[in-house]
Amino acid sequence: MDVMAIVEGFLAAAVRVATPLLLAAAGETVAQRSGMMNLGLEGVMLTGALAAALGAAVWGPWPGAGVAVVAGMLLSGVFALVAIGARTDQVITGTAITLAAVGLTGTIYRQAFGAAGAGLDLPTLSPLAVPGLSRLPIVGRAFFGQPAPTYIGLVAVPVIWWFLFRTRTGLALRATGEAAAVARASGVPTGLVRASATIVGGGFAGLAGATLVLAQVGTFAERMTAGRGYVAIAIVVLGRWHPVGVALASLGFGAAMALQFLFQTLGLKVPYQLFLMLPYALALLALAGVVGRVRAPADLGKP
Amino acid sequence: MPALELRGIHRSFGSVHALRGADFSLLPGEVHALLGENGAGKTTLMHIAAGLIQPDRGAVLIGGVPRPGLSPRTARKLGIGMVHQHFTSVPAFTVAENVALGAGWPVAPDALRRRVRKTSERAGLPLDPDARVDHLSVALRQRLEIVKALAAEARILLLDEPTAVLAPTEVGDLLRVIRRFTSQGGSAVLITHKLDEALAAADRVTVLRRGQVMLTGPAADTTAAQLAVAMIGEGAGDERTEPPSSGARSDAGPLVRLEGVDVAGEGELGITLRAASLTVAAGEIVGIAAVEGNGQRELLRAIAGRIQPLRGRRWVTEPIAFVPEDRTTEGLIPAMTLTENVVLGSSSTEPWIRGRTVDWRTAEARTAALLEELAISVPGPWVPASSLSGGNQQRVVVGRELSRRPSVVVAENPTRGLDIRAEATIHAWLRRAASDGAAIVFYSSDLDEVLALATRIVVARRGTLIEAAPGATREELGALMLASG
Amino acid sequence: MVGAAALLAGLTVLAAGLELAGYDSGTALGALWSGAFGSWYALTSATLVRAVPLILIGLGLALAFRGGAFNIGGEGQFYAGAIAATWIGLSVGGLPTPLAVAAVLSGAVLAGAVWVAIPVLLRVRFGVLEVISTLLLNFVAEALTSLLVQGPLQESQRIYPQSDPIAEAARLPLLPGTRLHAGLLLALAGAVLLHWIFARTLWGFRLRAVGLGPRAAEIAGRIDSRWMTALALALSGAIAGLAGGVEVAGVSYGLFQNLSPGYGFTAIAVALLGRLHPFGVVVAGLLFGALEAGAGAMQREADVPAVAVYVVEAVVILAVLLSESARRHGAAMLASLSSVAPKAPG
Repeated sequence: MDVMAIVEGFLAAAVRVATPLLLAAAGETVAQRSGMMNLGLEGVMLTGALAAALGAAVWGPWPGAGVAVVAGMLLSGVFALVAIGARTDQVITGTAITLAAVGLTGTIYRQAFGAAGAGLDLPTLSPLAVPGLSRLPIVGRAFFGQPAPTYIGLVAVPVIWWFLFRTRTGLALRATGEAAAVARASGVPTGLVRASATIVGGGFAGLAGATLVLAQVGTFAERMTAGRGYVAIAIVVLGRWHPVGVALASLGFGAAMALQFLFQTLGLKVPYQLFLMLPYALALLALAGVVGRVRAPADLGKP
Repeated sequence: MPALELRGIHRSFGSVHALRGADFSLLPGEVHALLGENGAGKTTLMHIAAGLIQPDRGAVLIGGVPRPGLSPRTARKLGIGMVHQHFTSVPAFTVAENVALGAGWPVAPDALRRRVRKTSERAGLPLDPDARVDHLSVALRQRLEIVKALAAEARILLLDEPTAVLAPTEVGDLLRVIRRFTSQGGSAVLITHKLDEALAAADRVTVLRRGQVMLTGPAADTTAAQLAVAMIGEGAGDERTEPPSSGARSDAGPLVRLEGVDVAGEGELGITLRAASLTVAAGEIVGIAAVEGNGQRELLRAIAGRIQPLRGRRWVTEPIAFVPEDRTTEGLIPAMTLTENVVLGSSSTEPWIRGRTVDWRTAEARTAALLEELAISVPGPWVPASSLSGGNQQRVVVGRELSRRPSVVVAENPTRGLDIRAEATIHAWLRRAASDGAAIVFYSSDLDEVLALATRIVVARRGTLIEAAPGATREELGALMLASG
Repeated sequence: MVGAAALLAGLTVLAAGLELAGYDSGTALGALWSGAFGSWYALTSATLVRAVPLILIGLGLALAFRGGAFNIGGEGQFYAGAIAATWIGLSVGGLPTPLAVAAVLSGAVLAGAVWVAIPVLLRVRFGVLEVISTLLLNFVAEALTSLLVQGPLQESQRIYPQSDPIAEAARLPLLPGTRLHAGLLLALAGAVLLHWIFARTLWGFRLRAVGLGPRAAEIAGRIDSRWMTALALALSGAIAGLAGGVEVAGVSYGLFQNLSPGYGFTAIAVALLGRLHPFGVVVAGLLFGALEAGAGAMQREADVPAVAVYVVEAVVILAVLLSESARRHGAAMLASLSSVAPKAPG
């Protein structure tokens, strides 16, 4: 078999699998930089996935993605409202949001598509080849022959970097996450900043869920996010709260998850559950190596 | 027309009347000292001027225009810059980022760096724009606070106890900078509780006591004695100035002995204590004089057994009483009852400890008795510690620690933020513990408190201990605290 | 009081949601009730059977939360316990019942402790937040279960993704005529023991002190807060493991995927609704056991998906959080006024 083709296929799969992680983690980076740890991310992503499926079934894939973004913003808005408005514990509030999302999506899905959960056949986002670049050897297909969400994720990275480190609003947002009291004393409306950051993060997570449905699986299944929202949170930590680090960590996880395809191509027989475990185990290992040497925003998770 | 005027300001917090009809005016180009004891209402008054607190009654006029419902943002736009007692910068940010945050400047790095450097140098307060704030010394952090206010184009500076964290020569530098600011048309309020400083630095002085103005007038026409009377009332100052007599008892061996002890720095202002040696006998009260962050905290915690020294020898006779600096996070658990807080840290010899269980009835009875003995009026030992005033919380902490009949008492800033009465109570308790045969080591950021309470003074500077000569004056101690080398 | 109001809020949201979605909420709630309390069999074999794991895990979480540790990994620790219990249960056929059961349950406790040891170690050694590590390990545990029931633990026919039934000797005794097993007694005894620990022992007091004020516990109380919190986390994992063992020895008699319908997450709601008080956890566990039992009936009889009760649980958690925040703010405001006022103004 052609080694080049295998590497190319592996890379393309890695980037494809990494895309939802990248989107969710990029948005969560903004939220965590403002001091919000949204454990509801898993639920927000799941809600985005269902919203995308419903929207796409009615209006087509792009409006479906739009519906997913709105749904993600709404659900994370609830999280922000409770956690900021009533200063409740972010971890427990986020857990409750995810629980609610599991219940809601399950109920709505069965109501809309029938109890058995027959596979849906949804219109999907097909790959958009970037003229010229997609022909590049090895990396062409991986980075320039993907469906649109991948490009959105890749563009979001420098945009978020610029926003966080080169704008006054970004400075105020980081100050809110580092020392909310100081930011407040400097005239920053910290509650508003945190709520906005969380809602923007929710929009990204919604799009991440949509990507899963519209650009990867082509259908919705209950609990289909299977912990990717939590992995995205781990990625933010691994990426040291920096957009570029987060992008690299996402690609790393994508690669780990794509190993399954590589092994299949190579005809190696390894129980698929090992691949299911891999990203989580890897996240734990990586966290152990990274945390302690990096510092989280000082006011992360504090009401 | 005054640059800033406050008329008939009233403000209460719960049942505490912080301000009761206070008037204050700041003229253009003047330095105005606002004097008063802790709790007199100085900070509250200035917070109202800066829009941080709303008055219950009264008017704030800026440039002659009444500003009802003044917000911090509006106050800043009108040229008011407040330099708080606790620093208000983001520790993880650079100097430049903090200035940009405070002044609302664009954050393009090169332009920002140049602009910050220019502003700080023009004010006579040079700063490295790229330095991270958590790596700055206390004096530089304070400098940053002032630069932030100036960057926001403040015309009126409100400085809250700016000299509390500085050594005497640094104080001189700061006062010169303030002078320079007012000579260029700005006005400044200098909050302080130090008489000599007020008289030396200010054009006019105003004295607050219990939320009311007791005196206001030109500094040149006022004497220190007049200010003292206005601040603390007739004769109230006596107990502070009474020179303590040495109570050391040479008959018994020392209760604290450190020999060549090194301790790693702790916290954001931590510094490594090096080769510290200290001996304290029964009955002695050793006061540590130091500017914030010179190793005194590490020394005290090493004596109290709260930090393990890196090397050296430490003999300290148990039981040790320890009064930590921050009563609400280190001294007490606010959400727990007074009984539970008294049980906290009790040794196995206490009457309420039965093997591995706690006899809560005994503990509660003992706590009630302790509260009675300490004359702390609370509904009962079952109330949460959070329901007590700061003074009573500190009484509980000190009372609990002393009730264990300690051989050694270690206290960090034991009266910080307390009113005069609570301060006097705690001083009396510490003296009594010493006369009962305990060895006492304490630190205070207020040099006057060290002078008032200590029978022997040791200066901590850059992690090194220096024994002060008996009878050393304020000025001599100040020189030791800051000597270079 | 608050708990009842929160539960009422949750059920109201459920009813309103069902109406909106076009279900007959009356029928659905009726089925929910009768599925939970409608008969002796429903009460014992549905509600109480489901309450047992919830109470057990909830007690462990109450211990963890009180000690300042956020264990969100009850689900994974439950599976770890279930795996160990199955493994041991398959091979203790020759032992007398008390010994076999003891072996199964202690294996489960150990497995839960081992599973949580990873987050404990990561926290103590590397400072990794246990929130993230325990969460991630849930997914590893689920994948591991799936791997085992299609591999080494698969039933002897090698057809179904499940284990063989464990030995008769390793099973917990049942209440005659029902599916209710002796695990309930274990859960109740655990609650009494935990209450005694919190209320009477010095260790329990220290644990609470660490949870409420870790710095003060360390400085004023001379307690090693880090160790205490780590221990609380480890114990909560061991107890969740025990719950997995009890489920295998008392209910499922074997291992399969989806053995837990999310007990580890529901137990968070149970612990919170019970206000981290052991007896409160028992009551909340019974209520949620009823809810989960009723959910099954609701799905069968009114065609409402059982997962809908997750929404109820989420609303309950949020309602409890909101009421606590309201209470805390009332108290905090008083406290800050009385303590800050003489301090802040200079």
